[in-house]
This record gives sequence, C-alpha cells and structure tokens, in this order.
Amino acid sequence: MTVTTDLLLEATGVSKAYGAVVALKSASLAVRPGEVHALLGANGAGKSTFVKILTGVVHPDTGRIVVRGKERTAHSPAEARRGGLMSVYQEPSLIPDLDIRANLRLTNTPLEPFRHWLGQLGLTDLDLSSLARRVPLASLRIIDLARALAIEPDVLMLDEMTAALPANLTERVLEVLKTMHGGDRSVIFISHRLIEIAAVCDRATVLREGETVGVVDVTVGSEERIVELMLGQSVEGLSARTGDVTGPESRAKTATPRISARSLNSGTRLHDASFELYPGEVLGVVALEGQGQDELFDILAGSSRPKGGELLVDGQPVSFRHPADAIRAGVVYVAADRAEALLMQRSIRENIALPFSTRFRSWGLIDLGKEHESVDGAVTRLQIDARAGGEVRRLSGGNQQKVTIARWVAGGVRTMLCFDPTRGIDIRTKTQIYRLLRDMAEAGAAILLYTSELKEVQLVCDRAIVIFGGRVVGEVSAADGDEPTLLRAAYNLRSEAAVPEAVAAMLGSSSSSADASTSAGSSRPEVQQ
Amino acid sequence: MSAAVFSNRWLSPSAWRNLFRDWPLLPLMGLLLVLVIVIQLADPGIVTLPWAGVIMRASVPLAILGGCQTLTMLTGGIDLSVASIASMTGFVTATFVHSPGGWVQGMAIALVAAALAGFVTGIGVGIFRVHPLIMTLAMSFVVLGFANVWQLQMVQTGAGVPGELRWVGSNTLFDVIPYSLLVFVPLTLLILLGLRRTGFGRLLFAIGDNPIAARLSGARSWQVLIALYVLSAVLAGIAGLVISGFTNTASVSLADPYLLPSVAAAVIGGTSIMGGRGGFSGTIVGALILTVLTALLTVLGLPEPTRQIVFGSIIVVVAAAYTRVTSES
Repeated sequence: MTVTTDLLLEATGVSKAYGAVVALKSASLAVRPGEVHALLGANGAGKSTFVKILTGVVHPDTGRIVVRGKERTAHSPAEARRGGLMSVYQEPSLIPDLDIRANLRLTNTPLEPFRHWLGQLGLTDLDLSSLARRVPLASLRIIDLARALAIEPDVLMLDEMTAALPANLTERVLEVLKTMHGGDRSVIFISHRLIEIAAVCDRATVLREGETVGVVDVTVGSEERIVELMLGQSVEGLSARTGDVTGPESRAKTATPRISARSLNSGTRLHDASFELYPGEVLGVVALEGQGQDELFDILAGSSRPKGGELLVDGQPVSFRHPADAIRAGVVYVAADRAEALLMQRSIRENIALPFSTRFRSWGLIDLGKEHESVDGAVTRLQIDARAGGEVRRLSGGNQQKVTIARWVAGGVRTMLCFDPTRGIDIRTKTQIYRLLRDMAEAGAAILLYTSELKEVQLVCDRAIVIFGGRVVGEVSAADGDEPTLLRAAYNLRSEAAVPEAVAAMLGSSSSSADASTSAGSSRPEVQQ
Repeated sequence: MSAAVFSNRWLSPSAWRNLFRDWPLLPLMGLLLVLVIVIQLADPGIVTLPWAGVIMRASVPLAILGGCQTLTMLTGGIDLSVASIASMTGFVTATFVHSPGGWVQGMAIALVAAALAGFVTGIGVGIFRVHPLIMTLAMSFVVLGFANVWQLQMVQTGAGVPGELRWVGSNTLFDVIPYSLLVFVPLTLLILLGLRRTGFGRLLFAIGDNPIAARLSGARSWQVLIALYVLSAVLAGIAGLVISGFTNTASVSLADPYLLPSVAAAVIGGTSIMGGRGGFSGTIVGALILTVLTALLTVLGLPEPTRQIVFGSIIVVVAAAYTRVTSES
C-alpha cells in the first residue's frame, strides 16, 4: 500500500447541530501515522459528538473525514471499522452470554494476533471458552483492547478506556500504546487523566465550544497550555450574590452540619468521600465526569445504599433505604436529567404537588385550596412561565428544570442536593436559578451543588470540594475558585507541573492510582486539604 | 353538540388531532353515535329506550372490568386475573344460597378471597417486581384452581344465583333503567373522584408516567401497587356478582369472555397501556362502543369469524389513532 499523504486520518470542518443546539461548530483533527494523539475538551466542548462522528455513530452536517488519503463517509460503526477505524470504550462491548471465542468470531478477530496482544497486555491465563459474563470486568476491558489490536485497524480510538481500569493494567495498556510509536498505525487517546496523556501521547488536539482551538505537542509542562486552551477566555463576571461573599469561616461552624459524610464508599466508583455541609451555605462539588459524584448523590438522596462509611444528617446517623427516607430527613434531590425527574404527561401543578401525596397518610382527598396556594407560591417564586400550560413536556427546558426545583421549594427546603441543575438551559434561567439557590442559602437552607460548569462555583458557592478517582481530594474556597484553579484541581494536577515525577509515581508504584492521586492532592499548594 | 364539533373540524388534520388529544371523549361519543345510527339504518326501529336499557345493562359488567384494566394500565400494568376472580366470586356466592349464613355470607367470603388474590398479586408486582402481565396471568390460574377445588367440595350442596343478585343484574326500572346502575353509579363516582382528587389517584398516574420520578419524589410504589391490585380484584369481584345476576348462572369460567373486551374497552377509551395517560370516563364509553358494536354485528347477521375480525380491526384502528395523536411530533 502506498501512502500518498503524510496524514493517516484527517478530519476538517466537521459540524453537527441537533435542532437549534449546535454541538459541534468546526472541529478538525489530523493524526500522523505512528503517533498516539490525544483528544481533549472540557464538558460540553463537543468531544463526545466528535467521537460519535469519527466512529460513524452520528452523521455530520458538514465536514470531510479522510483516512489514508481516501474520503470516508461512514453511516455505522461497522462501516467506520471497514474504513480502518476501530474503537474501544470504557464499557466492554462483548456479548455476556457468549463465550470469548464466539465473541471473537462475531468480529472476525484473528486468534493468533489476539493471543499475542493478550500476552502483551499481561492477560495470559484466559480460558477462551468461558462465558463473557463470568470474566471479571477489568479482564473484559483488556480483551476488548486486545481484540481491537488484533484486527490491526489503521486508527485505534480509545475512549476513556483506562477510566475504570486498575493501576497495574493501566500501566500495561500505556506500555503497549508506547510500542505503537513510529509504526504505521495510530492511536487516538481520550482520557481525563492528563498524567496518562503526558506519558504516552505525542500531540493533543483540544476542543472548546465545538471548535478545535489548538494542537499541542505533548512535552514537559504542556499541561498548562492544554488547560489554557480548554478554558479559553474567562467568561463574564455575572454574579448571583446579593451581599458580600461570606467565607465558610465567618459562618457559624459551631452549627451542626446538615450532612456529614464520613468515608462514604459506593463499592463501585466512589471510594472515600468525607465532607460536611453546613446550614446557610452552598457547597460546590467539582469533578470530571465519572469520578464518583453520581454515586455520591445517589447515596445522599437515598437512591442507593453505601457499601461503607457513615452518613449523618443533622448530627444523627442515618441509613436511607429509599428516597422517601431522605426526604423525611429533610434531604431533597434535584436530578440532572429532567426526563428522570418529571411526569412529562402531567401538568405543572401535579408535578409540583407530587411529593405532597407520596406518604400513605396523604393518599386520601386532596385539599385543592391548600395545594393551589403552595403550588402557586412556588410557581411565582421561580417565575415559571405557565402559559404553555397542560403537559410539562410542552414546556421549555429551562421551565422544566424550574418545575423540578419548585417541587421542593413548595414544601420548604432544609437540605437540597442539586446535580448539575443548569445543564443545557438558557442564561436567563440559569441566573434565576443561581439567585434562588443563594436566597435559599441565605434563608438557612444547606445546598450541595454539583456543577459541570466551573464558573458556577464562584457565582453561587461558598466553597467547593473536589472529587477525583472516587475520593474527595481537596477543598477550594469560592474566593480562590477561578476556573483554571478548579480545572487543575479537577484533573488532580499540581500547579507546578512536575510531570515526569507524576508519571513516575503512577507508572512506578504498584499501589492503586487513586492512592497516588490522593498524595498528589495533599501537596497541592493552592488547594486547602 | 358533540357531533357538531366533531363534524365541523374534522377536515383539518391538526385541529382534529388537538381535539382528539384534549377532549378524547368527544370523538369517542361521536364514534358511539355513528354506530347507533348505523345499527338504526341496518335494522330500522331497533333503537328505542328499552334497547338503550339493554345496552346499558350489558355494558355495566364490562365497564367495571374495564375499570380494573384502566386503573392497572395507568401504572403501566394490566390485570388478566379479573375474569377468574369475577367468575370465582359469582360462583362462591351462589354456593352459599342454601347454607345457614345465606348468600350475603357467601358474598363476603368471596370478596375477601378476591381481595386476598389481589393482595398476593400486588406483592408479586410491587415487591418482587414480577411483570403484571405474568403475575396476573398466573394468579388467574391459581384462582381458577381454587374455584375448581371449591366446586368439588360443594358438588352435593347445590347452588343457585340468589334472587337479589338476579334483580340487580337483570331487572330494569320502567323497562329502561337497569338496577345494576345502583352498583355502577356509586362505583363510577368513587373511581372518577379517586383518580382526580386523591393522593392515591395522583400516584397511579405518577408511577405510570415515570416510576423514577415517583420514586425520587418519595413515593413507595410497592404500597401503591398492592393497594391497586387489591382494589382491582375487589372491583372484579363486584363485576362477577353482577354478571352472575345478569346471566342467572354461576360457573367457574362464567366471566372468561369478558377478559379481552375489558382490556379493549380501556384501550378504546384512551388509556395508554404504557401508563400515565387515560381515565375511567373514556373506558365507560369504550364499553358502550363495544357492546353496541357486538349488537350491530349480530344485527347484520355476520358469521362469528367475520364478527371477530371486524371487532379486532376496530380495536387496532382506534389504538393506532391514539398513538398518532398523543405522540408529540
């Protein structure tokens, strides 16, 4: 095969809009043969849409994708694979009820190269006739990778493949990736861990707001450049605060915390979460995707039970078996996904009044007068535009989100957990929600706010905790919580970027990577532990 | 009046669609009216007040059983055990006519047995998360089995439908108004009020619309589901008493022919089998439509297979129409 271009894969001017929402404006990516190329972007930068387009899951509106000099139009992952691009995801794509051999046959995987790569990856004792569901999850991820390597695609895309892999296996994967350097084939590597990117990648393409904003040669100290690119210019200084910024110190720390979490552990992604939430404060939670924050909120909201650790509400140890227990203890939850929180076919009124009728003793006749009063109060307070009327599904996203909050405001809030409440809604509604959260905190409520928009920390929070790898690794006060600081903290990055050391720490230690990150966190200067 | 609205606007598809969505009862009433007109044309002079009484009397048990389906379907479930339970209560009550306690005692025992069956169903659906279709199907066999055991026990005593039930099920006031309305009207008011104005009714809709949202708002769905299936079984039991009075028969399979029409009445009435949407008033009209349709097909003298085909096709067409108008485009 003659290579007519010096690029193995080239994507230019790729865009994609979902209705009025532009997910990707103009993304480009150029991958040279024999390089490991990182693709980076903060939440909402369009990374996942770009990945879906590259792998053929989504068809772009505009743009060209050229592989080995030939233009490619893939309409399905299978076509993309025939075009030379193969992906491995965080979740293994093996069929659980088939044995490994049958799974390999499904994708026409040659057996000998598969065994070779399996050996390279350190998985030598695999019985090919065992059912996929009996194989441990970590091994399945390795099998998935070995299968992709055995097919020898031109471009191998690893999408957060190492996110849930134990440290020793991550190490083997990174070592195998290093052997790809200088060959004929390339790897696109997507990871939240900048340390891994520093260890194996040659170059990094950074996306922001749907555009490719830069390509960086990964060398010592390039993290700073990457973080800068991801952030772009700092956004407007909109503030929801009415009074002075009150630091947590000035608040009555003598008050009993509304929530005390002590080493909460979900058994899956959350390993060790300890923090206190005081009345009258908004406590931010900062974390990259999948660091255990979902599990933490599920535990606090009573949706799932912790595997370990202790949870105290108002100083009393609690063990929630159902969200109803949490609600009775005064802990209410505003879910991120509105489709999860709303009765789409019912009215605004019924949605807001739903918690009123959940208890057995309120199954009887509804006092409509009283209900109207509290529902109308909440509708007014949140400025819900009720003109759309009728079913909640006909409301705009912002109004829907307000309904999910109004549901709890109507009954009076003591402690509220908000999981990314402003995701995907317009700026006006966002401001209203910020103001509401501040007002509630001023009135004595305690609010825990996970946000994927880092600037919200300075806008609404008093302080923020940072979760990385399932652990609370630090705390930042709102005054110090500018975006670069928070993003560095979220990546668990030291500000004096001592990359070789960090890599050495990770590659050299046989302990789990999470341990390494805790120690890294404790020595971070601008972050209080 | 409903006919005027119906015919003025039906030329514009979107107006027609909005009408159907916001006032599902109007087109249903329209369909009912069309069927009545057709049957009058097919057999001039058939439509009289006494005829209306006959139709009502035949619709009452179907509408009550349709109510069981409506309530369970609102939560995303279904109750396939209603026919067995209805047959069982009618039969057990009849076996007590000659006993010292009389049929009233028998009715009490039968309704308690029905409630017990519903309670077990509720535990299966609500706590063990068995799919309602499977759970109620299984329960229908269990109830049938127990009814058969009871039949063997009671083979010597003999049975008979109590006169009072025959009066309620078959007699009419002035040859028009069936006495079964004495049972049906209070039940209807109770169900309509319950769905609209009680916390329990709200929870049925909530669980069917979005079980996760209901849970996150603090609803313990197992409590609701147990109460629901007990309610459904007791309603089915009451329907069984009416059926046995209406037909003057008591057998362990008496109500079987009502099973699928009861589901059909709820579906035609606009209750979504996916849950969260519907109501009992539509089901009542649905039951009337099915009864008139049966009468029409009989008047037309169509052979049984043809009747079945027409019957099934109409259900499919109405259900498809609902899917079209209720899905947001």
